Amino acid sequence: MNTVISPRQDPTARPFLELRDLKIHFPTDDGVVKSVDGLTFSLERGKTLGIVGESGSGKSVSSLGILGIYHRGNAKMSGEIWLDGQELVGASPETVRGLRGKRMAMIFQDPLSAMHPYYTVGAQIIEAYRVHHKVSKKVARKHAIDLLARVGIPQPDRRVDDYPHQFSGGMRQRAMIAMALSCDPELLIADEPTTALDVTVQAQILDLMRDLQQEFNSALIIITHDLGVTAELADDVLVMYGGKCIEYGTATEIFENPEHPYTWGLLGSMPRLDQPVTERLLPIKGTPPSLINVPSGCAFHPRCAFDGRTGGASDTVVPELQLTGTSGHRVRCHMPAQVRQQIWLNEIKPTLEGTGGLAVADMSALPSASEEHSEETA
Amino acid sequence: MVTFFIRRTIGAALMLFVVSISTFLIFFGLPRLAGATPETFAARYLSRTADAHAQQVFAEKLGFYDPLWLQYWNWIKAVFVGTDYDYGTGIEHCAAPCFGYSFRTNHAVWDDLVDRLPVTVSLTVGASILWLLTGVAVGVLSALRKGSFFDRAAMTGALAGVSLPPYFTGLMFLYFFSYQFDLTAPGGTYVNFTDDPGEWAYSLILPWITLAMLNAAAYARFTRAGMLDTMGEDFIRTARAKGLHERVVVTKHGLRAALTPIITIFGLDVGLLLGGAILTESTFGLKGLGYFAIDAINKQDFPQIMGVTMFAAFFVVVANLIVDMLYAVVDPRVRLS
Repeated sequence: MNTVISPRQDPTARPFLELRDLKIHFPTDDGVVKSVDGLTFSLERGKTLGIVGESGSGKSVSSLGILGIYHRGNAKMSGEIWLDGQELVGASPETVRGLRGKRMAMIFQDPLSAMHPYYTVGAQIIEAYRVHHKVSKKVARKHAIDLLARVGIPQPDRRVDDYPHQFSGGMRQRAMIAMALSCDPELLIADEPTTALDVTVQAQILDLMRDLQQEFNSALIIITHDLGVTAELADDVLVMYGGKCIEYGTATEIFENPEHPYTWGLLGSMPRLDQPVTERLLPIKGTPPSLINVPSGCAFHPRCAFDGRTGGASDTVVPELQLTGTSGHRVRCHMPAQVRQQIWLNEIKPTLEGTGGLAVADMSALPSASEEHSEETA
Repeated sequence: MVTFFIRRTIGAALMLFVVSISTFLIFFGLPRLAGATPETFAARYLSRTADAHAQQVFAEKLGFYDPLWLQYWNWIKAVFVGTDYDYGTGIEHCAAPCFGYSFRTNHAVWDDLVDRLPVTVSLTVGASILWLLTGVAVGVLSALRKGSFFDRAAMTGALAGVSLPPYFTGLMFLYFFSYQFDLTAPGGTYVNFTDDPGEWAYSLILPWITLAMLNAAAYARFTRAGMLDTMGEDFIRTARAKGLHERVVVTKHGLRAALTPIITIFGLDVGLLLGGAILTESTFGLKGLGYFAIDAINKQDFPQIMGVTMFAAFFVVVANLIVDMLYAVVDPRVRLS
């Protein structure tokens, strides 16, 4: 990808986090898996970016790439990751390790498997704190109890000695968040933080994350396939497909004026309470592309209902991520902007009756059909 | 935790009870089905020249005419309180724990077993430490460098190690190291640890290596598989995301989880070997429990065979019990169940 999203070219005003043309490829016996293929975005502190896409679109790999977990092993990384003026792709693994957990931290999807079953919750938080701070075990333990209290765990001084399997799902995710926050990270990446949780707990966890983000003024990347979660938390939204960004804009833009057919599909496959139940969901046809043999041209064209309107370019030319509208909204699509806007207004929006960013936001705490959707496509 | 331990201990005791019944039935029940009479039992204990009357008297004295359950009861009672064997020409006292009395050697079996035990324990302890350390170390390195030259070489070596029986490797070692290069003790040497620890180790080094090679190879493969499995777990990713040093990730988070199944087989292997490392002991002429067992079988000395069988079963059951308890210590999730 040649286009650079960030409008800032002034190096003194570099954004807090900036990715430039990040590529993460895994050579395998079957071919090169292009998990992330030219990802560019930037994020300021205090802001939230939602990365949306189906399973296998490269969301999680890009976040683990930012953390530098692929520095070892057989992954091939290229491009640039700038964190507060420091470049990470070219940095030594030891440098990135020192930043990991301290300045950037991650919350994982399934807190049961993401925590070590043999160590107490407290021990795992203490470990995360002490690797970056030279303090006694006692001080670290006090810190761990404070954190557990902060994320809303009752009787933290007692629960700190419990094992992960003794916590409920929601409690575990709270503990996971406490662990991620142990060193006051400036960048927090949450990978499907609510997917493994009960719907009632999901809303609580989202509330907690929003509160904590404001309190710590951290940059937050939230990775999800649940548009409700995105609408709830994100300032900006980045839609990924086949390892590439296919649409990027403010949350309002994405929910009110989406221009990419894939984004329309995502919106269409969301269940709505403000519609009659007889109304059918509109799933996206087909399955996500193989990242080894990405379809030629536009990776989405085999599933796109509008690929006939691109003048035959859809399966030959890879579309560029181009600016559309005003507020930094970018779309990777062959169709001219006017055509896309026409289709959205005349053909898509009416079928998603009453669609609007705000209406979507109200849905965040409700059961999401994107679960069902991902099962279909898995 | 305490109830868990108590429950497991009771379970182990029950298991020993079942083993004792099976052993007894194999030696005293099954032969009856095959047509053995009390007289033929008695004949095994007597010299070949004894006539039918002598056999009858002997069988009478030793209770071979009693019902099976009473014989079992007397046998198991002797283990706890001891017994006297009156065989007509004299009375032999067999003090508790009485695991039978060999009328061939005129020895209480228990005394023989205790006499042989140090050899087997020495062999097992030394070899098990050797194979555990080398096996796990090689397995971990292989897993971390999967597909590398080291990995391939180690796994090929491990395959060879598993495939080669100790009577082959042991004889090769003896031939070259003891008899050609004169580096190690010749076969059949054993010095008590209490007499001279240096000589003790010197005399056992070849048996240790022979026995360890066999198991180290298996452990290397187990550890490698376990580590590869564990290093792909989510909690390893979390540990890395915390910014832990890779060394800590591998040892504290990876190895700890990967070692749990290793504990299980290690406990069972050690328990099994304490009952006698038959092949290795025979190869090196070490007079341990395994050698004793083979000897007893060759001589058809039933009390000895039964005694050594029960002894070996005891070690396996106890090892199993210790493994269970260790498991509860290592894995907190086990304690609840």
